[in-house]
Amino acid sequence: MNLEILTPEKKIFSGEVYGVQLPGIDGMFEILDRHAPLVAALKAGNMKVLKDKIGGAATNYTIQSGFVEVINNKTTILIEGAN
Amino acid sequence: MSGALKEVRNRIKSVQSTQQITKAMKMVSAAKLRRAQDAITQMRPYARKLQEMLSNIVSNTEEEVGGSLATARPVEKVLLIVITSDRGLAGAYNANIIKAAKVAINERYAQQFAKGNVHIWGIGKKGYEHFLRLNYNVHADFKDIFLNLRFDTVQACASAAVKAFEAKEYDAVELVYSEFRNAATQRFTVEPFLPIPKVTGTVGKKSDFIFEPAKEELIAELMPKILNTQLYKAVLDANASEHGARMTAMDKASENANELLKNLKLSYNRARQAAITTELTEIVSGAAALQG
Repeated sequence: MNLEILTPEKKIFSGEVYGVQLPGIDGMFEILDRHAPLVAALKAGNMKVLKDKIGGAATNYTIQSGFVEVINNKTTILIEGAN
Repeated sequence: MSGALKEVRNRIKSVQSTQQITKAMKMVSAAKLRRAQDAITQMRPYARKLQEMLSNIVSNTEEEVGGSLATARPVEKVLLIVITSDRGLAGAYNANIIKAAKVAINERYAQQFAKGNVHIWGIGKKGYEHFLRLNYNVHADFKDIFLNLRFDTVQACASAAVKAFEAKEYDAVELVYSEFRNAATQRFTVEPFLPIPKVTGTVGKKSDFIFEPAKEELIAELMPKILNTQLYKAVLDANASEHGARMTAMDKASENANELLKNLKLSYNRARQAAITTELTEIVSGAAALQG
């Protein structure tokens, strides 16, 4: 699936990934390939971008609150800051 | 005679060194303008997507949305967030923004102003100092945002405004700033910030979205984010406008210095030639007198 991570200051990620784990307001959840259309709010926490498989290579980001939108197998994450 | 010559020479020298400064300032502003424009381009995808998300949610809901931040109430207390620059020498840039703020006060908030209920948050030193001198109700908390222009600092200002609006300290919040068009043109605008204008007629994607949490809560989360972005965009626009305005002002100044130099050089040469002519006449007439 295609993933894009945007902040007001810059685009921090764009490309094909296996999945992404996110800190939703009601708890952690994971978005994998061909997820149904979704709009969710995120709280501050840890975000994990999985490159090719669960337990494989991953990039971690500490994020502040934000949003995620999934539509047509394209995931867009909007956050106000990350590192 | 040589006294006048020396005077002109000194003036030429001083105009030349001033021109050097204006040229350097123009160059610096051009570089800063490019960076400011980059920041605007970087922010655009985020802002666009945020707006898109909102219209997606709105077009999938039947009832009107907005929550407390979108509810207008009788306006008794007004907050103007006036964005100017920290430094001068930018042509009429700061003066125009201050004028726009005063026009807004006089035309729409004269009553509230008479009661002392118009408050100003100055972003940027120039506007802050101006309104302070005039004894307006101005707050200094956010005047130094341009010293370190980052999203967090702007966000802090936006959330403070939202908090004050929710606590009913202010019934309306407006932004006064200069929208960036291109290096030579700025558009001075007064833009409503709070309450949020109603979202209607935006056509988003109709799709079976899963909303988590519920739409109303999502919108309540989304609104402050949109406000943060709106203020951030305004501050970035103002920053780019400032550098654009300074660049044009300094370009004009360098041009004027050239014009001035041309005239001064003309009068310098005229004085020099006059001096030579008088000297020649003196020598010739002296020699003639000796021969006589």
